[in-house]
Amino acid sequence: MNAKEEFPLKKVCIICAKANLEDVYASLVMANGAVMEGIETKVFFTFFGLDAITKKQMNKLHTATVGNTGMRLPNGWAFPTFMGTIPGIEGMVSGMMKKQMEALDIPTVPEFLEMITAGGGEIYACKLAMDMFKLTKADLSDEVKDVLTVGDFYGLCGGQGTQIIFT
Amino acid sequence: MATKIFAGISVDVNDEGYFTDSSKWVKEMATEIAKEFNLELTQKHYEVISFIRERFQKGEALTIRSVGKSGITDIKGFYTLFPGAPLKMASKIAGIPKPVSCV
Repeated sequence: MNAKEEFPLKKVCIICAKANLEDVYASLVMANGAVMEGIETKVFFTFFGLDAITKKQMNKLHTATVGNTGMRLPNGWAFPTFMGTIPGIEGMVSGMMKKQMEALDIPTVPEFLEMITAGGGEIYACKLAMDMFKLTKADLSDEVKDVLTVGDFYGLCGGQGTQIIFT
Repeated sequence: MATKIFAGISVDVNDEGYFTDSSKWVKEMATEIAKEFNLELTQKHYEVISFIRERFQKGEALTIRSVGKSGITDIKGFYTLFPGAPLKMASKIAGIPKPVSCV
């Protein structure tokens, strides 16, 4: 065997397809983390993930209180599914999550997008999903660079040392 | 672990080049460490460096966001001052350990 050769990560292309608070943050933390390391970063928002870059929705993301097996009450007990269906509970739980994140200096969604582009990262929206949800470029955050087809996005993902991450 | 000489003083740095003892750092060293990045330090650079050293000494978390809110520069400016990986580069130049924050 030859000596181990290392190929450092040069570019990440991250795809965010969900609107849950935690899924959006997973994409944003990964993207911003890459920018901070000096790695070229491109983020593609599609389907419900578009909520994260839609001006009207980006501040209203929730975490699911039904069908989320990781949900627990503050004392560690399992979160009863019926409770998740009570009106207002989802908003309350999401509010608690946001407060916790603020305490850890985790930025809000719009600020996170700004941080990513300030460091040279690029944010894109999926054309097909935009058509489905009847959105136009004007509905999106100013941080969004362009609306792309899947093919366009893959076109940006070339080069040695590139990884595509789907969250 | 390695030993390097900055501003005529020998200091211990770890495998990644961060100071193992931040108290050994003096301002004159910053210019020489910055040269390793081909970086010419300006007044603004020094302001950022003293800000992050201050935060480190107080034991406060150091994030890109905190530098952006320092009033010295915004986040975009921080990336311009220390191109590439600004927080890591600035920490190295400021003689403090590698930042551990994820945001």
